[in-house]
Amino acid sequence: MKKRILLPLLCIAASLLLGACGNSSGENGKVVVYNWGEYIDPETITMFEEETGIKVIYDEFETNEIMYPKVEAGASSYDVVCPSDYMIRKMIENDLLAEINWDNVPNVKKNIGSQYFEQSKEFDPENKYSVPYCFGTVGILYNKTMVDEPVDSWNILWNEKYTDSILMQDSVRDAFMVALKKNGFSMNSLNEEELNIAKDDLILQKPLVQAYVIDQVRDKMIGNEAAIGVIYSGEAIYTQRENPDLEYVIPKEGTNVWIDSWVIPKNCENKENAEKFIDFMCREDIALMNFEYITYSTPNDAARALIEDEDLRNSKIAFPNFDEYENLETFTYLGDEGDSLYNSLWEEVKSH
Amino acid sequence: MKNKKNLLASPFIIWSIAFIVLPLCMVFYYGLTDKTGAFTLDNIISIATAEHSKALWLSLLLSFISTVICLLLGYPLASILAKLGKNKNSLIVFIFILPMWMNFLLRTLAWQTLLEKTGVINSVLQFLHLPTLNIINTAYAIVLGMVYNFLPFMVLPLYNSLTKIDPNVINAARDLGANGLQTFIRITLPLSIPGIISGITMVFVPALTTFVISSLLGGSKILLIGNVIEQQFTQASNWNLGSGLSIVLMLFIIINMVVTSLFDKDGEGAVL
Repeated sequence: MKKRILLPLLCIAASLLLGACGNSSGENGKVVVYNWGEYIDPETITMFEEETGIKVIYDEFETNEIMYPKVEAGASSYDVVCPSDYMIRKMIENDLLAEINWDNVPNVKKNIGSQYFEQSKEFDPENKYSVPYCFGTVGILYNKTMVDEPVDSWNILWNEKYTDSILMQDSVRDAFMVALKKNGFSMNSLNEEELNIAKDDLILQKPLVQAYVIDQVRDKMIGNEAAIGVIYSGEAIYTQRENPDLEYVIPKEGTNVWIDSWVIPKNCENKENAEKFIDFMCREDIALMNFEYITYSTPNDAARALIEDEDLRNSKIAFPNFDEYENLETFTYLGDEGDSLYNSLWEEVKSH
Repeated sequence: MKNKKNLLASPFIIWSIAFIVLPLCMVFYYGLTDKTGAFTLDNIISIATAEHSKALWLSLLLSFISTVICLLLGYPLASILAKLGKNKNSLIVFIFILPMWMNFLLRTLAWQTLLEKTGVINSVLQFLHLPTLNIINTAYAIVLGMVYNFLPFMVLPLYNSLTKIDPNVINAARDLGANGLQTFIRITLPLSIPGIISGITMVFVPALTTFVISSLLGGSKILLIGNVIEQQFTQASNWNLGSGLSIVLMLFIIINMVVTSLFDKDGEGAVL
């Protein structure tokens, strides 16, 4: 979900440039895609262009929060965007999304598992606006050579033994998810008492934390820079390939199950091309290519069946059996007031 | 003749209206309104909250320390450069400017790799059985990053003002019996003040506003005012508060510039 590779400045500069180029025309023959950074196999874009003759203008964002105002302003009129669950909810509530014409996307119903649409109802209640692209969990990645005790709980992130060897997620909702879940609260809590307990916990944890990072968790864990990190499941598979000492666990207190889905903004200019693009991405061979490239779990059952490596196809990290875990939740949109409450508490933690 | 000059300036005027004046107006608009568009001073007053004033204070402190270090490192270097003949020093100046051709984000990222616990510097130190250096993700690393990135901005104005000192003035001082130290304190130093002031501004202002150095080398654990503003735009999507705090920050930059203009009347330090 939070796969940011580029730094803020570079990203803003690049998207401004690309945005400026994307303005010029609105006729058919192209599709403007706005996706997470490093979240697609570039080869699939070339294949789409070759097969359909539609030119893809591809742009990347690094957080949902950066994406939202740009789509809302409509300056670049994106045709396909890939936000996360809670942000899709916000976009639906603010009337930014167009309904998808399911007749134009036959691969979706054919290949995407129905349980993922069931889960999507938490943010897209009637399954009208979104097509799941990737999903996963957030958990603890630890280095078996550096951690002695069994890791099964968020509490390990508060263990003073690992001072300066803990990596936390540098984003409001993810950081609070960890602290809220540790205390047995909902990660969508708006209860000020619960949030203050979580905030105090995060402040207590701060001296133990080596750094607050997003995608650097991956490189730092591979490079043995830290012992324990909070990470997205999709990154976990990649890190294990690079460093076999690493192990990923979903803590017993529960965690975040997230979905990133394709949506079509209302102010798009090429809706039919957008649907063609989504349909293409749901084709089993394309979804497989993307899964193997980005290692984020695919909701595409047909693609999963094509995975040759049996360990990977049955990987508990990529395709966990959600019935085995308790207290799994999906982020919901908290409203403007909820957002600013979380943000001000997070600022207190960060400036402490 | 005058009309022609005005005509030639028009591309720059258009440029500055589009990319300086308009954005500034937008910053002021957002900074002085709330989300509904009504006038408010809350965004500016919010600098007084504990978190924001702490971040501002820390930014001022770290950029002050960096500026002092840059000055102490830069002044001797600039003097040496100025003393060398034109032919010799042009190569050294070139070498000094060379790293600036590379994007400063990359250079800062390189520092991260160098300073990490298992990074290049520590690997070498461990190999030599020397104690390791653990400054990554602390304020020390941020100061190091600021000094490294902004040192050329200190050296170049200093160099510029030092080369402008007429050697005859210094010779006259020596003739009249002043020793090296006296000459430096009473002649060289006062004459190089425009360069010093200009160098201080050029280091202090970017150091005060940076958010990249602090998040890369400080592990996002140390919140500077630049980070607070950046997060209002990228994470909290509260452009009003971000703009309000930017206005406060601008105030500090303007104070710095007023001080500069008082000392640097001839614009001698304006090398870049």
